[in-house]
Amino acid sequence: MDDIRKKAKELLENKTVQVVIGYGKGSGEEARAIFVRDAAKTDQLIFDETCLQNLAVYILKHEVKHLGKIAIVATSSVLRSIMILASEQQLKDGDLVVLGITSDGKYIDLPNFKAIEDYLATLNVSITDKEKELLKMIDAMTMEERWAWWQNEFSKCFKCYACRSACPMCYCPKCTTDSNQPQWIPVASHQLGNMEWHLMRAMHLAGRCINCGECAKACPMDIPLNLLTYKMIDEMNANFGVTVGMKPDAVFALSTFKNEDKENFIR
Amino acid sequence: MSEKFEPKVVAFVCNWCTYAGADLTGTSRIKYAPNVKIIRFPCTGRIDFMLLMKAFANGADGIIVSGCHPNDCHYSTGNFHARRRWMVFKSMLEFMGVDTRRIVFSWVSAAEGAKWAQLVNTSVEEFRKLGSYDAYKQVAKLNIEKEVFNG
Repeated sequence: MDDIRKKAKELLENKTVQVVIGYGKGSGEEARAIFVRDAAKTDQLIFDETCLQNLAVYILKHEVKHLGKIAIVATSSVLRSIMILASEQQLKDGDLVVLGITSDGKYIDLPNFKAIEDYLATLNVSITDKEKELLKMIDAMTMEERWAWWQNEFSKCFKCYACRSACPMCYCPKCTTDSNQPQWIPVASHQLGNMEWHLMRAMHLAGRCINCGECAKACPMDIPLNLLTYKMIDEMNANFGVTVGMKPDAVFALSTFKNEDKENFIR
Repeated sequence: MSEKFEPKVVAFVCNWCTYAGADLTGTSRIKYAPNVKIIRFPCTGRIDFMLLMKAFANGADGIIVSGCHPNDCHYSTGNFHARRRWMVFKSMLEFMGVDTRRIVFSWVSAAEGAKWAQLVNTSVEEFRKLGSYDAYKQVAKLNIEKEVFNG
């Protein structure tokens, strides 16, 4: 951690960056994101097991962008989000300084996208056994049970869109759900609107979600939204052999195709 | 009144193959089930997944999605892209408990008037067996009531 503080201080002192995004002490037991703009305040940066948020969500926010060049404390989730943002032409190599950090808080020097790619290649990013269990639980239900189970979960949703705000991949300036000419997704939080919103969110994240779990953590009603994203990741792997967010120049699986893609479901 | 249940079917078809194919069915005077309402799209690649959900929300009991055979797309690759999306969308719907037996995907070319008739007939027969899609209609009906309530 001291390495990160030292590095952040250095970057701010010689004005390489104007803001360092990292974790700081929040209220209660939680850590929160802090934006350090003063070299003297870099000792506020912390890193421990409560520092779970995917900070990549702030990279494209215009409130952050206008502060100047950023440095970001990057866990593996942040690094993978950066890879996707790069492959979607939202970031260029050198746009930001990455202060890589391992899960036990050691600083890793990642000067460019190539270094990030090489580092990510050494990590195990497949979905965990626990996540697979949950998927199996749903898959084991009958169609009617699944329908009832999801309707019950979605009925808790009151459309606060915290899942969208917490997601580094939901960076569209205008979300489909905000467009009202025509009203594509109903605004009111009724059964149909909730289901359509969550279906659309999952579909728009298919092949882009890196499973950081921010959506589920952000949900005030504890709807297991990450189940939808595990499913997407599982599908991407099974159908297209794609692991998302490992390369800065990856091609989005749904904007490409292969002649031999499976079509046993098409008559 | 004991009327026989007739499924409402919406067909999303591409302009260049299936729409022309369905036209051929008509000009060849082949009779097929009248339950289907055809919506013409420029390409299967244009058929947003949400459109299918909107059809269900508006009372469809079954959906047919059809376009050009692979390698026949007017825009070269639209149907290939659509196929990938359908794969993901279909498993997503299954995961959420939507009845995917009610969505039929197919390739029908402009020369396959007979195939179109047969596709519609068999699909409608299947949908008829499945009956009215009450689970979805129940959810969608709530929608109408609430929307009135919310002004």
